[in-house]
Amino acid sequence: MLKIENLHATIGDTEILKGLTLEVAAGEVHAIMGPNGAGKSTLSYVLGGRPGYEVTAGSVRFNGIDLLDLDPHERAAAGLFLGFQYPVEIPGVSNVQFLREALNAQRGARGEEPLSGGEFLKLAREKAGLLKLDMEMLKRQVNVGFSGGEKKRAEMVQMGILDPKFAVLDETDSGLDIDALRTVGDGINSIMRAPDKAVLLITHYQRLLDYVKPDKVHVLAKGRIVKTGGPELALQLENEGYEAVAA
Amino acid sequence: MTELATLPTNRDEDWRYSDGAFLAKADLDAINHWRTLEVPAGETRREQLTQSGSANSGSTDRLRVHVGRDARFEGFYLLSGSQYQRMEVEVTLEEGAHFEFGGVTIGGGASIQEFVTRVIHAHPGATSNQVVRAVQSGMSTGNFLGRIEVARDAQKTDAAQNFRAILLEKGASANTKPELEIFADDVLCAHGAAIGQLDEQASYYMAARGIPPQIARKLLIQAFIGDAFENIVDDAQREEMLDKALHELGDLSGGSA
Repeated sequence: MLKIENLHATIGDTEILKGLTLEVAAGEVHAIMGPNGAGKSTLSYVLGGRPGYEVTAGSVRFNGIDLLDLDPHERAAAGLFLGFQYPVEIPGVSNVQFLREALNAQRGARGEEPLSGGEFLKLAREKAGLLKLDMEMLKRQVNVGFSGGEKKRAEMVQMGILDPKFAVLDETDSGLDIDALRTVGDGINSIMRAPDKAVLLITHYQRLLDYVKPDKVHVLAKGRIVKTGGPELALQLENEGYEAVAA
Repeated sequence: MTELATLPTNRDEDWRYSDGAFLAKADLDAINHWRTLEVPAGETRREQLTQSGSANSGSTDRLRVHVGRDARFEGFYLLSGSQYQRMEVEVTLEEGAHFEFGGVTIGGGASIQEFVTRVIHAHPGATSNQVVRAVQSGMSTGNFLGRIEVARDAQKTDAAQNFRAILLEKGASANTKPELEIFADDVLCAHGAAIGQLDEQASYYMAARGIPPQIARKLLIQAFIGDAFENIVDDAQREEMLDKALHELGDLSGGSA
C-alpha cells in the first residue's frame, strides 16, 4: 500500500532522512520507534507534504501513485491521514465546520456527493462517541482550549470521520493518561483495523503498542531504518534501550 | 473636533496615513461634514454600514455620537473596494453608557481604508469596546487610529481597543496608532495590536485534512474578520455583514491573488 524507497529529505541545509526504505502492506500496522532526532517526525511531515521539507532523492508510492507529486490536500483526498504530534489550534473555526469542509472537499475530489449537515452531524456524533469525546467539544473552535489529551482524542475523531486508507500517527500517545491511551488505542483499532487499510505508528514508547498490536516494528536511527522485527522488538527496545538494540 | 479651515494633509496627525492625493482635491465642505446622532438616556442605537465604491472613487464618513446616561451605541462597518475610504467616529459617553465598535477593512490594488475613532469617557462608569480587523492585499493599506480619552472624574471607565491586520501579499501594509489619554486613576484601558500574515500552520493543518488552499484561506479570513462582527446581536445581520466581507474578498482574490 505504501512503498518508500531510498528517501532522502532535508530541512534547510540539514539532511534528516538519509536513505529510508520501508514498505507497509494493506491490513498491517507498523510501528516506527527511535531516539530523539532520528527523523521520525520528519518522515511523517514528508509523507504529509509539509512546506519546508524538501525531498532530495527517493520515492514514495501510495497505492501505485506517486505521493510526492501530490499537494497536501490531494494526499488527504487520496486517503492519507496524518495525525499530528502537536495538533494546531484554529481560532474562530469550529470543529464541525472544519471537518465538514474537509470531508466534503475530499468527497468532491473523489467524485462523491457532499454530505448534508444532518448526515454529517450523525457521523460526527458516532465517531465522537467512539472516542468518548463530548459532542459539545466538536462545536467548539478547533483545538482551542483543549487539553493535550483532548487534542489527541479530537484527532482520532477526525480520523474516524475522514475514514482514511492509510494513517501516519506521529506520537499520538504523547500527553495521554492511561485511560485516554486505552480509548485512543481502541479508536485506532476500530477505525483502521481493516483488510484494505494500514497504519504507521510513530512512537517513543512501547505502551501504545499494548493496545494497538503492530505487525512489524522498525527502528529509525540517523535517518534510516536500521532494524526491523516483530512486536517483540518493541519490548526489547523498552528493556535494553535504542543504543544497545540499534547499534 | 473643530472645523478645518483648509484641506487636511498627511502632515496632520489624524490624516497622516490618508490618501494625500485624494485630500488635495477633496471638497472642504464634504470633509467638514459630520453626521450627528443623539442616543437618549437608557436607549440603544445601532448602525451597520458597508461602503464599497468603485475603484477610482474616494469617500469620507464622519459621525459624531452622544450617548446618554446608561444608553448604548453599537456601530459595525465594512470598508472595501474604492481607492480611499475613511470612517471617523467621535463618541462621547455619559455615565454608565456603552460604545461597541466593530470595523473591517478589505483592500486591494493601491487603495487605502481607514478607521479613526475618538472615544470620550466624560463621566464615570462608561464602557467601550472596539475591534478592528484589516485584510489587505496588493499594495493596499489598512489603518486604525484610535484615541481614548478618560476625563478626570470618569472613574470606573472600562475601555478596550484591539486591532489586528493580515497582509495577504508582499507590498500590503497596515498602520495603527492607539492613543490613550487618561486623567482618572481608577480605570481599565486595554489595547492590543498585531500585524501579520495568514497562519501557515493552520493552513497546513487544513490541507492535511483535505481542505484545498483557497477554501482554507477563506475559512481563516472569515474567522479573522468574525472577531469584529462577533457582537452584532442579530444573527441574520451578523451573517449579512460577514457575507458582504467575504464577497469583497472574493472580488479581491479574483483580481490580484
